[in-house]
Amino acid sequence: MKGIVTSISGATVSVDLRGLQLYDRVYVGHARLSGEVVHLEKERTTVQVFEDTHGLSIGEPAVGARAPLTAVLGPGLLGGVYDGLQRPLQGLQRHSGDFIHSAGEIQSLDLQRSWDFIPHMQAGEQVNIGDQIGLVREGHLDHPIFAAFAGEIEQIAQGQVCLAEPLARLKDGQQLFGWQNWPVRRPRSQGRKCPAEKPLITGQRCIDFLFPMVKGGVAVIPGGFGTGKTVLEQTIAKFADSDVVIYVGCGERGNEMAGLLTEFGELRDANDRPLLERTIIIANTSNMPVAARESSIFTAVTMAEYYRDMGYDVLFLADSLSRWAEALREISSALEEIPGEEGYPTYLGSRLAKFIERAGVVKLASGKTGSLSMILAISPPGADFSEPVTQACLRAAGAFYMLDTGLAQSRHFPAINWTQSYSLLGSKAADYFRQQVDKRWTDLQRCCQDIMQQEDALREVVEVVGMEGLQDRDRLLMSVADRVRRDFLCQNSFSADAFSSPQQTVQLITSILDRYDHALKRLEDGVLLSDILQGESDAAG
Amino acid sequence: MRLAEHCYRSISAIRGPLVFVERVFSARIGETVTLVAPNGQLLEGEVLKIDTEQVLIQVFGETYGLDLEKTTVTFHDSVKRAPLSRQCLGRIFNGSFKPLDDAPMYIPESWGAVSGAPINPVAREFPHEMIETGISAIDGLNSLIKGQKLPIFSCAGLPAQELVAQILSSARLPGEGDFVVVFVALGLSYHEYSFFRETLEKMPSRFVAFFNLAGEAVVERLLAPRLGLTIAEDLAFNHGMDVLAIISDMTNYCDALREISTSREELPGRRGYPGYMYSDLASLYERAGRLHGRAGSVTMLPVLTMPEDDITHPIPDLTGYVTEGQIVLSREMQQKGIFPPIDVLPCLSRLMQSGIGEGLTRADHRQVANLLYQTYAKGRELRKLEAVVGKEGLLEEDRVVLTMADEFEKRFVHQGKARRDIFQTLDLGRELLKEYKVELT
Repeated sequence: MKGIVTSISGATVSVDLRGLQLYDRVYVGHARLSGEVVHLEKERTTVQVFEDTHGLSIGEPAVGARAPLTAVLGPGLLGGVYDGLQRPLQGLQRHSGDFIHSAGEIQSLDLQRSWDFIPHMQAGEQVNIGDQIGLVREGHLDHPIFAAFAGEIEQIAQGQVCLAEPLARLKDGQQLFGWQNWPVRRPRSQGRKCPAEKPLITGQRCIDFLFPMVKGGVAVIPGGFGTGKTVLEQTIAKFADSDVVIYVGCGERGNEMAGLLTEFGELRDANDRPLLERTIIIANTSNMPVAARESSIFTAVTMAEYYRDMGYDVLFLADSLSRWAEALREISSALEEIPGEEGYPTYLGSRLAKFIERAGVVKLASGKTGSLSMILAISPPGADFSEPVTQACLRAAGAFYMLDTGLAQSRHFPAINWTQSYSLLGSKAADYFRQQVDKRWTDLQRCCQDIMQQEDALREVVEVVGMEGLQDRDRLLMSVADRVRRDFLCQNSFSADAFSSPQQTVQLITSILDRYDHALKRLEDGVLLSDILQGESDAAG
Repeated sequence: MRLAEHCYRSISAIRGPLVFVERVFSARIGETVTLVAPNGQLLEGEVLKIDTEQVLIQVFGETYGLDLEKTTVTFHDSVKRAPLSRQCLGRIFNGSFKPLDDAPMYIPESWGAVSGAPINPVAREFPHEMIETGISAIDGLNSLIKGQKLPIFSCAGLPAQELVAQILSSARLPGEGDFVVVFVALGLSYHEYSFFRETLEKMPSRFVAFFNLAGEAVVERLLAPRLGLTIAEDLAFNHGMDVLAIISDMTNYCDALREISTSREELPGRRGYPGYMYSDLASLYERAGRLHGRAGSVTMLPVLTMPEDDITHPIPDLTGYVTEGQIVLSREMQQKGIFPPIDVLPCLSRLMQSGIGEGLTRADHRQVANLLYQTYAKGRELRKLEAVVGKEGLLEEDRVVLTMADEFEKRFVHQGKARRDIFQTLDLGRELLKEYKVELT
């Protein structure tokens, strides 16, 4: 299908191709810049180009690919670093050097790499769509291969194979490969969705203890600049108990991505394997093309679903969703659509909800369960949480970790505000913690929250009358709250304290609360407050 | 593919800095054009948009004197490029690369596209060495790291330009290395211009400067930073130099962007700024960085004025989301007679931790910085309390912290025109901590 370019405005290009479908891929110009169809009209088709259009001219050729933007799924994705179109960045570097120029097509998956294939079926057996025909070892994970067609197996490979070759051939001549294409904007719907129940242990006391997250849940982290969103996301990526981590740097800083790549290459997980081996990184920094930024989260979530469908716990982290929404806004305004609130298109909410719904727990045909959890950072302009992106996310997400500029400025990290954050996923997780960790979990949690709330109220009083004006009981409470804040909620992500297991968390809070009870008793017995506080600080020092 | 230049006399409309030309044969996006006005005046421009009927051109320079009938437009079939050469060192140019220093234009070794290309994230090296600005509040507490972008947020009426001039002349590497400053000034008043010319004359010729004055073309403000950064990238990555790019004032850049966007009749975003301002700012700021296996670095120090002192205004807000920290100037410090009037509390350098400490600056750097920050933050907290309950209502130990906060401002932050190297800064910090018995462990 061929035509020509008829008009160009930035990355929005009109072509005279006919018979295309919405979201079909189109290649424009002599340089074959790739793009996707965003508007269809009788006379012309509007294409959003994923690359820099400098030098493009009208009259240049346009070719329709008759297929939408797809992700290539198969063994070898783990450890990869891709851009928003799933082009491997190392490959791009080999192709065009240290700076990114429009590169055309680069294979997402190395099809020549050799894998050790262990078949689970034999020639002569009947296979159905979705049956596991065998597996390869990808790093420390078993990577099952599922059949894409049904039929009787005529021949099946064993041992060293490369992905370019078929793994099995059916009687009717169909071939089964170890990789597949999947359109990124269509959710993969293997298995049956079920409710999320197990907690996702992040190792962050403030999250695990006060506002727990569950496997298959969705949490949002809004925060103004400098509140430590990125550090928190990266810390969770390092320590959370999931099998696979997908990290999307969506319109963020290049140096941050460089830091992440170095760090993940060096750090090791609990099984003493490099973190990078269980991670896929999608890097579309703020100066890379906007349309590719918009598609990056879909490319990434498709890969996440692929691993979920093998029965793994997948954690999807995006930093930041606001940049994605801004890309959507830029595209929408280039298409001259009628804007909604703050210039964002009116479909922002529904598109976001559709994306967030791709998270969840699924029960697979094999009997296994897989989960896809999302932790999404948001950068509200001017730290104003009433803006459309934050609000749209809040409606769809189950947990809300609000990052506080004041806390961040006093160098309290993670700067999660404990009075305004919430988790709707808490009750299921609490059941688990009560049974598996400590039966007092919920009571301790309530007690801790009470102290922090009372402190909040007392602070207002102190601002008027000064510390001296408080009763002894209240001053004791203030000092305990201070300890909870400093020793419990605060957690340095660059030290050994960066990960706290639920057992350690419970131990720490129990010791703080026990000492508080003890001090209260002594106060009632008539011991002077100054002596008690002195004893406390000695014990702590 | 066209082989020759094309010349047209078919302008259909002129709207501010934008010119619409009809019936153009295969113009390219980003292609440069030359316009000749009826009086013979030459202007340059760039193709922004093409559709079947007409081509939209953005003109670098003032469009008065242009008309619809006699003006000719020539299309050059190449994108806007900057002349690259080491010869640019010590030279001063205007916003469209014409020399302002009476010397002839040099002969370029090569040409570089001004829009630049994004650095591949896997090619980036994480920044980890400090650049010494000679300012204690920056070097000591919010160190600038090679490859970082660290903006200065100022308010109208604060001496940001004086601070810039001081950094211009006193910034250097703590160790060995070829160090160069690329200075881009946007929308300057003549008064400021002559002040900077004076500063540059006293400097050795390790600089390149671009000046766009307040009375000059608005579109040049969009072009000048890109010219400067293209030069900076060339000096850094092709000649192995460490380049500090100072761009002042980004508020004028953003206002120019808004002006052009409105004349293109685009949908306005927050406060009338275009919706793509984040991406546009990122396309400048993200050009800072270092590359694996190559010497040289581009470090960026953009300066901007916060309208109405509002840090949540789109310009500082979007800048803060791209850059790695910020240096904030405050009116309160200025009123106390402190220069530079830096309020260290809202300041942050995200990359500082990777560029300081043993082997980089000094082993005690991190601890001195943390203790100074903590004590000062506590002092500032206590000042609020003091305003309510009075000095008498405070505990003795709190009164000491209060005095220390005052002394910190007067002796550490305030330094007038003096240059302090990093060791002097750290010694001064230690001295303060010692006097007020804050112990280093």
